[in-house]
Order: sequence, then structure tokens, then C-alpha cells
Amino acid sequence: MEKFTGTVWVLGDDIDTDIIIPTEYLALKTVEDMKPYAFSPLRPELAGKIQVGDILVAGKNFGCGSSREQAPEVIKALGIRAVVAKSFARIFFRNAINNGLLLIEQDQLQKAVSEGDTVTVTVNEAISHKGKDYPIVSLPKNLVDIIAAGGLVKAMRRRNGLDKED
Amino acid sequence: MGMTIAEKIIAAAAGVERVRPGDIYTVEVDQLMSNDGTTHLTIDMFHQKLKNPQIADVKKLVWIVDHNVPADSPKTAATHKKMRDFAKEHGITFYEGQGVCHQIMMENHVRPGELIFGADSHTCAYGALGAFGTGVGCTDYLYAMVTGKSWVLVPETLKFNLTGKLQPGVYARDLILTIIGQIGANGANYKAMEFGGEGLKTLTMSDRISICNLCVEAGAKTALMEVDDTALRYLEERGRSPKHVFASDGDAVYEKEYTIDLGSIRPIVAKPHFVDNVVEAKECAGVKIDEAFLGSCNNGRLEDLRVGAALIKGRKVHPLVRFLVVPASKEVYRQALEEGLLQTFMEAGAIVMNANCSVCWGSCQGVIGEGEVLISTGTRNFKGRAGHADSFVYLASAATVTASAIKGEIATADML
Repeated sequence: MEKFTGTVWVLGDDIDTDIIIPTEYLALKTVEDMKPYAFSPLRPELAGKIQVGDILVAGKNFGCGSSREQAPEVIKALGIRAVVAKSFARIFFRNAINNGLLLIEQDQLQKAVSEGDTVTVTVNEAISHKGKDYPIVSLPKNLVDIIAAGGLVKAMRRRNGLDKED
Repeated sequence: MGMTIAEKIIAAAAGVERVRPGDIYTVEVDQLMSNDGTTHLTIDMFHQKLKNPQIADVKKLVWIVDHNVPADSPKTAATHKKMRDFAKEHGITFYEGQGVCHQIMMENHVRPGELIFGADSHTCAYGALGAFGTGVGCTDYLYAMVTGKSWVLVPETLKFNLTGKLQPGVYARDLILTIIGQIGANGANYKAMEFGGEGLKTLTMSDRISICNLCVEAGAKTALMEVDDTALRYLEERGRSPKHVFASDGDAVYEKEYTIDLGSIRPIVAKPHFVDNVVEAKECAGVKIDEAFLGSCNNGRLEDLRVGAALIKGRKVHPLVRFLVVPASKEVYRQALEEGLLQTFMEAGAIVMNANCSVCWGSCQGVIGEGEVLISTGTRNFKGRAGHADSFVYLASAATVTASAIKGEIATADML
């Protein structure tokens, strides 16, 4: 099973899509251009500090609000390897899966970790932190298939023979 | 075991006899709405990521420019042009400057029993006509646009049995804010919210749209209402007929049932920075405001403008307040003009704007600056939602917003 280790950033409950990427930056040309503004209403310094491979840990209802797909895209573009939260809002959940951003529901980790800690994720099994394992549930098979294909568009190409690269 | 309305619509869209919560089905989508918030991204993916892409059924697509209309910068003008050109090239039904997408969909497109995807979170509004409307991102949208299909996880349903009648001076907005406050901002996450009961029959179509529209603020996947004579009349007046009229079976299984006496609801305000942060409006009385907004897919209909105009007639907007009045559609605008409502607002000192999403979407005209306070009939009050990251948005009914615009501070209509 896929396994990786990363440094965590810790956020609270109800991190909404206007926090993740405020409306005024949505018209920027690319997600790369949006990166510096991610999470800016809450923590303007955060985007500049995130390193490739870091892990976001949050409370309940992460990603609530708008259907803007730039929200999971900008998190992925920042190099975040996975978001671990007590729960995810539905539209964000679909958008993240469709973009190949790994989301993990785990309701104990947020209160156990401090920012800067290191955790190791074994996908579909557990997250370890300071010698303790926090179990995680497996995703339904059709979602695993989408992630395995590298996102919904790639899954669609495969299924419908629409692959641009062939 | 019977089925709920949500389950029946998914079963029909999946072509199966019955479905159960937790199952995942491939479904045929009836309509696909998208607006200028994200359509340019869908078009980019269509061109750049797929080989010889086709639209499965162009008649299902409705594209609406409403978020930044008229364009407010060269950037948004470019996104609109991309959308406009693509719509013309492919023969997609296209609206621009005609109103907020969900209002246009209700007026012209939604039919009971349909499964509709919208690239906008407030697509759940369509449940007011008994349609399963749900918000998706642009990748899901693209997939459905190209294949005509998508996957849906059958949600659990929360049932809200409405009894009684709203008291004078209390509105649908107060009711749905009360419910969201009660179940919380993720209280219906992944679930369907179904409304029925004798109390529902007392609510107008405008009320029903307000209620269903805001259900996503409790996390709901969709909202659904029983289709009755009021809904059928609305449909008939607009020359449409239902696809299916579904009612929940007597033995349908709900995750949870609530009974709500409409007569017990009071004027409510949602305080910054969350929609479930609700209190009785009077508890916020006296909070100074800089701007008031009457509009949006939630409360920009004729009924809302009538409430506001009746309160402000013969009075003035407070000199330190900008009061933005934004009809939700051209149809609403024209009717408000005919009834003299817009003149009443203008005489009182309000700024009447064209039908669009306005400050509800924080990137159009009317955004607020650092430290400013807005009271709004918009959909959300997240931090920074209406402009500067350090600003404050309170949500309330058309009556409370108008009364506050007059007083210069949060007030209910009976305090005027």
C-alpha cells in the first residue's frame, strides 16, 4: 500500500472555499497565479510557507461553500500531498477526487498533532503520529478507480477512448 | 420498503426499480447548467484534455453569464467571450445579463422529477419544483457534458415536516436560517433535505426557492419539496409540464425527521462568519452597517422587492449607508418596474442595479472594504465573501435588510 511522510499544517473547523481561494483571485489566468492567495483571509503567510509534500490537517466540514474547483486545485498546486480532516463538504470532496487530490477522513488526528509535526500516511490503512496509529477507512471502489486513473478526466479518456495522448 | 423523492429521482435516472442510500449509480443527467464562475475552465479542459470531444446532447446544456455581468475587468470580459463564442459555435442555450442563473433556471427550465447538475453550489434551489438539483465542479460538469452521464451516491434523506403558518413579518429566509442553525453547517452533509407537510402548502414558490437554495449551507447534496398545486401552477404559467411528479412513499426511510411549526419562527440574523451562526435578529439590533444588499438567487424576487418597497416607501436610506437593490432576473426587474417598486427604492436613495449576482459573489459591483459591515439577503457570510478579508457580513430577510438600510444599523421591520 502507498506510504508517505510529511510535515503537517493544522487548521480548524469549517474551512470554506472563500478561505481556500477568495473570489477576487478566481479570474487569475492559472492556478499557479492563485497559489500565493490560498488561505489568505485566514492566514496570509501560510501559502508561502507550504512545502511540496506537506499535509494539511483540519477539523469538520473542510471545503464547505462554493463549487469552485480552484479550491482543490490550488491546494494540489501548492504541493499538499493529502488533506486529513474530520469531515469534508460534499462538492469539495467530489472536486478533489476528480483532480486526484487525496482526502482522508480521520476524526482524532487534528487534536493530537501540532503544526510542524511529522506524520506517516499509509493509504487506505492508517496515519501514524508519534508512535500511535490512527485508522482510516477505505474509499469506495469507483472512487479508488478514479484516483488510480489520475482523476476523472483521465478515467473518462480511458473509458471513452477520448485520450488526447493515446 | 418505500423510497423518498430523492431515491425515486435517482432510480429513474439510473433506469432501475429501486435504489438504497449508500449505493452508487451511473445516471443520465437531464439538464446541465453552468455560469461564468467556472465555464471558461470547463471549455479549457474540453479543448486541451480530450481528443475529438463531443457534447453528448447539446439540448441539455444551459449556460448563463450572471456572476460578473456586465464584465468588470478585461479578465472577466475574456472569460465571457470564451463562453459566448463556445456557446454560439455549439448551439448551447445561452443567457447573458438576464439574471441570476438559478432564477433563470426556475423561470425557464427546471421540471419536477429531473436530475440537474449545476456548476454552482446553490443548484439545490431546483428542489422547489421537485427536481434533484445538485452542485458540481467543472470536471464533473465536463464529464456529464461529454458523456451525458455521471455517478451519484444515493444520499440519506432528512425530512422536515412543516406545520402551521409563518407569522406576519417573518419570512422563508428566517425559517431556513433557523433550520441551518439547528442542524449546523454540515448537519446535512452528503444528505438530501426533504420538505413537506401542511405548512409547505402555505408557502409561495418564492419562499420555497429561498428555502431550497440555502440548503447547501447545511451541507446538503440536494433539497426537495413535494410538488403541489402551487408548484404545478408556476410550471403551467410558464408553459412547462413535469417530467415526473414523485412523492415519498408512506414507508420511506428517513435518517431523521423534524417537525417545525412555522408559527414559532422569529426574524433571524446569521452573524459573521458562518451561516449557522444564527441569533434572533433583535440580538444584533444596533450594529452599525455600511452597506445593505437586497437581491441574489435567494431573495431577489418580486415578493422580496415588494416587502422592501413597502417598508421604505415614504422613508429614506440612512445617509451613511449604500443600499443596493438587485432584481434576480429581467422578468423580476420588469415586473418591479411595472409595479413602481424600483421607483420607490430610487426615491428613497437606493442604488438599483442590473440583474446579476452582485455583492453576494464578492467580485462584482458593490464589494465592501476593510472593516466594513454589510447586511445582506445573499447566500453566504464567510470571511471575505463580500470583499475585503477583514469585513463583516450579516445575513437576514428582505424586511430586516431594508429596515437596517433605513436605520443605519441592524433593525427589524417593527423597530422602524
